[in-house]
Amino acid sequence: MKIQEADAKSLLLAQGLPVPPWKVARTPAEIEAAARSYFVEGAGRVVIKAQVLVGGRGKAGGVKLAASPAEAADIGSRILGMDIKGIKVRKVLVGAAADIVKEYYLGAIIDRASRRIVLMASAEGGVEIEEVARQNPGAIHRVSADPLLGLLAFQARALGLAIGLRDPLLNPFVAIAQGLFATMKANDADLVEINPLAIVSEKAADGSATQRLVCLDAKITLDDSGLARHKGLEALRDLDEEDPTDAEARRLGINFIHLDGTIGCMVNGAGLAMTTMDLVKHYGGEPANFLDVGGGARHETVCGAMELILADPHVNAILVNIFGGITRGDEVAEGLIEARSEQKRAVPMVVRIVGTNADEAARLLKEANFETAASLDEAAEKAVALSKGASL
Amino acid sequence: MSILVGSDTRLVVQGITGREGEFHTRASIAYGTKVVAGTRPGKGGQTAIDGTIPIFDTVAEAAKQTGANTSVIYIPAAGAPDAIFEAVDAGIATIICITEGIPALDMISAVEAVRRAGARLIGPNCPGVTSPGRAKVGIIPASIHKPGRVGVVSRSGTLTYEAVQAMTDAGLGQSTCVGIGGDPIIGTTFLDVLKLFRDDPETDAIVMIGEIGGSAEEEAAAFAAEHLKGVPMAAFIAGRTAPPGRRMGHAGAIISGGSGTAAEKMAALEAAGVRVADSPTQLPRLLLEAGYQP
Repeated sequence: MKIQEADAKSLLLAQGLPVPPWKVARTPAEIEAAARSYFVEGAGRVVIKAQVLVGGRGKAGGVKLAASPAEAADIGSRILGMDIKGIKVRKVLVGAAADIVKEYYLGAIIDRASRRIVLMASAEGGVEIEEVARQNPGAIHRVSADPLLGLLAFQARALGLAIGLRDPLLNPFVAIAQGLFATMKANDADLVEINPLAIVSEKAADGSATQRLVCLDAKITLDDSGLARHKGLEALRDLDEEDPTDAEARRLGINFIHLDGTIGCMVNGAGLAMTTMDLVKHYGGEPANFLDVGGGARHETVCGAMELILADPHVNAILVNIFGGITRGDEVAEGLIEARSEQKRAVPMVVRIVGTNADEAARLLKEANFETAASLDEAAEKAVALSKGASL
Repeated sequence: MSILVGSDTRLVVQGITGREGEFHTRASIAYGTKVVAGTRPGKGGQTAIDGTIPIFDTVAEAAKQTGANTSVIYIPAAGAPDAIFEAVDAGIATIICITEGIPALDMISAVEAVRRAGARLIGPNCPGVTSPGRAKVGIIPASIHKPGRVGVVSRSGTLTYEAVQAMTDAGLGQSTCVGIGGDPIIGTTFLDVLKLFRDDPETDAIVMIGEIGGSAEEEAAAFAAEHLKGVPMAAFIAGRTAPPGRRMGHAGAIISGGSGTAAEKMAALEAAGVRVADSPTQLPRLLLEAGYQP
């Protein structure tokens, strides 16, 4: 689950990381008020950042500076409502603009190959790390946390030294790296990124300039499998950016991803569901969704899944592909028959059910006059033909 | 011989009294697997499966009393990592974890504990392992198998059934079918299983079923290019049409930062001399084209 920058920053703060203050605003008036509060505190300028769950906000014009509350409201009103990679901006983050001396990248991921948490750092901060990896892979330094002991201070220090940090910023970096690791563990995150981690220049109480490291941006992805044991985290799910079908799919306990095609797919098992989509494409059609009803789906799940598929007005054919193991073919067939009786619009369907209780399923489907297929390939071909208007 | 499970498997079922545990234990026994014990803390001394299988409070007690050398875990995600640690501590050599939805961070320490003990973990989030005609551990339907000499390794469940059924229909039997699981952190990778198949005198050909996400297929391809030159191999990769940045059901099936695509994996496999199918039903034909003689 992706969470917004403002929420990611809250999780970093909770682990004691240095994150400058911010406010989230949803209207120009809120933006103006937030900006004013930072100007009152002595900010020279404020930054306004679109809160959307996609990368590349800056390039899309979703991050701007303003020199007065009125300008903040004006710029903010244009960012609100902006479309960034298909997502409408509904809220922005407002904060005092930092006086940046240098930008770094610091991130932690779960590395599949080594089966450890790997921390990555680079002196080339503020740009997408994937871009650095392509252009200049040598600029990314890595350490693997010990699987039982965690990230040790000497490892964090080595990372800081590798990106060129020295006294007096080295020890603060070690604390930040360990805090990043702690954030990952405390929230079951898959990914925690601070980009940029910046050296900023600030005025001390006596008027002299001091430098310190702060987290200016934060990106966190949470492990869906860990959400159940962190009750507070579910509240960070941004329903504004979700497809409305996502919540219904969660309620039904199925995996559903909406796509742009015309052939609705209902399959049991993630690998088989992907394969079914691939074969639809292979035979010249376009899948309208990925849908894995999971193991042991009963007729209630099947009916709910069918409603989700039919809620997409572009769907003009449906392919059901079930390889029964735990799932019983006859229960799926019963669900399909019930779903069709309640169906609000007629969409042609081809059904393939093999495996556990397939014979019983075949009898039920035949009695109910369903179009069926014996093999996966035949089912995909038939669905594509139906989608293109053929009557079988 | 077969790999991982076989005639010498002595199985303890962790979570034998649960719905899944009981159902699939019956199927394993019906297939001829030697199920010697079950565990359910607090019910030690009782029996399961119509009085035929003794229940123990701990895996250690089960291993001591019955000589169990393999365990299968049907315990919900919240308790599954602990079940792995317990099996490791009891000296179980092969641990097969069916459970889905275990947080990845839990698996990092569990995999490390398994590694330190020199044990082997299959899964989690996997359908298990079957050596046709000998032993079936997990949830793969018995009906799809036929004993033979093709090794099958897959990240998926039902897609594996599809591929194995196609092979059985074509008359190609299997030595062992291994579901390694769809999570990002798993105990045994494609590479590990390829090494086991290479060293198994009863496996003459290999089918590999991968999917988007990670780079395990590429690592396996590199190994195959070097160490499996004479072995007929065919592969299928699911997720050619998967959009980037979305998890396709399996926690590990995601294209992130432009890597982990099906195209990359297929190219790596083809470059290694592995035939890649457009549909799982083509796998038997590709194996024969690769020179496999059943």
